[in-house]
Amino acid sequence: MATTLADDLRPLHHPHSWVTKYVWSQDHKVIAIQYSVTAIAIGLVALVLSALMRLQLGFPGVFPAIQPDNYLQFVSMHGMIMVVYLLTALLLGGFGNYLIPLMIGARDMVFPFVNMLSYWLYLLSVIVLVAGFFVPGGPTGAGWTLYPPQAISEGTPGHQWGIATMLVSLAIFVAAFTMGGLNYVTTVLQARTKGMTLMRMPLSVWGIFTASVMGLLAFPALFVAAIMMLFDHFAGTSFFMPTMQSMGAVTSTEGGSPLLFQHLFWFFGHPEVYIVALPAFGIVSDLISVHARRNIFGYRMMVWAIVIIGALSFIVWAHHMYVSGMNPYFGFFFATSTLIIAIPTAIKVYNWLLTLWRGDIHLRVPMLFAIAFIFTFIHGGLSGLFLGNVSVDVPLSDTFFVVAHFHMVMGVSPVLVIFGAIYHWYPKITGRMWNETLGKIHFWITFLGVYAIFLPMHYLGILGVPRRYYALGETAFIPQSVHMANEWISIAALVVFAAQSLFFINMIWSLFRGPKADPNPWGAASLEWQTPQTPPAHGNWGPKLPVVYRWAYDYSVPGAPRDFIPQTEPRA
Amino acid sequence: MPIAVAIAMLVLGSVAFHLFSPWWRTPLASNWGSIDSALDVTLWICAAAFILLNLFMAWTLVRYRHRAGHRAHYEPENSSLEMRLTFWTAIGIAGMLAPGLAAWGRYVSVPQDAAIVEAVGQQWQWSFRYPGPDGVLGAAGVKYITPDNPLGLDPLDPFGRDDLLVEAGDLHLPVGKPVKVVLRSKDVLHDFYVPEFRAKMDLVPGIVTYFWMTPTKAGTFDILCAELCGTGHHEMRGKVVVESPKAFAAWQAQQSSFGQILAEAPPAALSILLIKANACIVPATWSIR
Repeated sequence: MATTLADDLRPLHHPHSWVTKYVWSQDHKVIAIQYSVTAIAIGLVALVLSALMRLQLGFPGVFPAIQPDNYLQFVSMHGMIMVVYLLTALLLGGFGNYLIPLMIGARDMVFPFVNMLSYWLYLLSVIVLVAGFFVPGGPTGAGWTLYPPQAISEGTPGHQWGIATMLVSLAIFVAAFTMGGLNYVTTVLQARTKGMTLMRMPLSVWGIFTASVMGLLAFPALFVAAIMMLFDHFAGTSFFMPTMQSMGAVTSTEGGSPLLFQHLFWFFGHPEVYIVALPAFGIVSDLISVHARRNIFGYRMMVWAIVIIGALSFIVWAHHMYVSGMNPYFGFFFATSTLIIAIPTAIKVYNWLLTLWRGDIHLRVPMLFAIAFIFTFIHGGLSGLFLGNVSVDVPLSDTFFVVAHFHMVMGVSPVLVIFGAIYHWYPKITGRMWNETLGKIHFWITFLGVYAIFLPMHYLGILGVPRRYYALGETAFIPQSVHMANEWISIAALVVFAAQSLFFINMIWSLFRGPKADPNPWGAASLEWQTPQTPPAHGNWGPKLPVVYRWAYDYSVPGAPRDFIPQTEPRA
Repeated sequence: MPIAVAIAMLVLGSVAFHLFSPWWRTPLASNWGSIDSALDVTLWICAAAFILLNLFMAWTLVRYRHRAGHRAHYEPENSSLEMRLTFWTAIGIAGMLAPGLAAWGRYVSVPQDAAIVEAVGQQWQWSFRYPGPDGVLGAAGVKYITPDNPLGLDPLDPFGRDDLLVEAGDLHLPVGKPVKVVLRSKDVLHDFYVPEFRAKMDLVPGIVTYFWMTPTKAGTFDILCAELCGTGHHEMRGKVVVESPKAFAAWQAQQSSFGQILAEAPPAALSILLIKANACIVPATWSIR
């Protein structure tokens, strides 16, 4: 049984004014909303950038304002914003902050002040990132991977100031994440309420917890890489810079290794994929279980799968580098480790399907998103096996197949979970209900639209169409039909882009005009739905902390009067 | 209900798209059929999983949809089912990994009799170098580069004198002969990519990288850059002409060697070249011997 530090008598940081309640707030729920709103706002910038990219790819030459430099800047900023500033921040800073204390029965994070600092540093990192759009030369166009030497060399847009704001912003982000991550990990380990053992925690918490531990181990690699590149850029060091030519002259750098950066970047970058994926895995498990009215199938296996995936993800990074020029013999090891990780991942998929199997499936909007996630994740997970399988990767790497794969698996899939999760917890967070019809229209356009965008891209990649190309030009192996496909993909992308307005209209309108929500509209068993007030008040639990008697998945227990038993209900 | 239909239709639609879409691999023009067949094996195993899992889901969504009076089955776990699924997954994974690794084993073992050719990348063009009659590429380095020595050969290295240089021209290869393509970059990362050959590899400034292949089909193919290298990345194109050994030999006879270029260079240019080569700090040079 877990011991708890968060006893009832713990003094709380009571807010005394509007400013301490909503701005310099130390309440995890307010910080969660601050994180989420900021992440979604910057995510909208990335969404606009993707629309601009699609305009160029679908209709080359029609928009003379989009030059090759601009295109590469859109690509780079879109990628970095989506992966780091939207997905990581929203899943951990947003959902992590909101759900952890409520799901484990704590009054708040264990370090509320550090938690507040985490958000404000994150906001600073976003401001520095956005500043990149306004510095001379614009933001970096080195790709989200920021590979040196080109990231800081002539010929790459933003190689002077854009890259600097990007690197500084990333360093600040890592500091912000570290404050948040330490908080999430410590809170899960130390502040669980009486009865909330580790193996009774909802899988959302397991996913967020494991991702936080991974972040604490992986982000330092990005941090040092950013600092080292800043030194190369401004102090004349040669960590990543070999003797090379730049604008016809030999540089003063000597002996540095571009591959070293790639290793550091992907030592962060691959776990990063799972830092995004694991919280999504956890959350979607809970959505499926609640809306299928059935316990999550194979809970213990699901927990172990999360932990094993997290651990294995640290020894697969060089599968991003099969054709990077590293020692080719590494390929054998990294292909094997990469394909082994498919096994625990497949177990998770099976268990989601087996949770639906023999369930009592309510097809509400959050569940529709969860089902769509299973579909896109199966697709994206399987296409990953092509790229992990070393020799198969050789023709596919740096083509649209890669673009299709990672968008399906770590773009579309987590975003579908995020939508599902927002629809799912919105009534708890706001106390109001959204509009079902708008939610369904938003779902259908988004789900079918993204598949129309990304399915054909796999085939363009198998044909050999390279990624990060401003224009395909006259290329013998690329038939006219590819240009047509690009047009259609762009049209689908613009439709999906426009459909997101339905989501925002629904969320904002419902915030003021939505019908009052039931405290537990889905009949969920986990702790966050059992709060005395909806939305939960400061301190979450009123005078007394809840006591937990069972796991979070007692749905449709034979003989029980209702089809769920809250975690707080004592055993008979 | 519509979601179950949608999932099933998407599965069927994906299969139909695979069968009827006009986009598939370019016709193979090298020895790397083993890469293509590893891709095929991966595809068949993954396609089977994709179809089975999603159709199972679609069926489940219909069969266990919410109806009045219906209640879900309570079953926390089923270890033997989970074990069997894990086992079959592992078999599937091993089934695709084996041909993948086998092909990689060939990819990393360059045949002894492979000819050597060097591709040099710079923003944003391709140049090539052949080792000449001695079969050895002379040492080269960025610091040797002058207008008369654009590929940066070491003028003092006797092995380099007979090297044939093709600056910003086409790469020619004899059909049917294995070739080790040695890759060198003058500035940033690039990637030598000919879709019809399947093989590709990055060019990394500071080191020499390589891959090998045997062109099996005569013809002219596009060389693209597949590693983002700046504003002109999409315009960094070249051509590779695969031809009969006879035509190749005739073409080679017309190319000028480094020695010839030096002989024709004005004396002033030559002295600049030699000063660079004799500079006190001689940088690490790149060579493949």
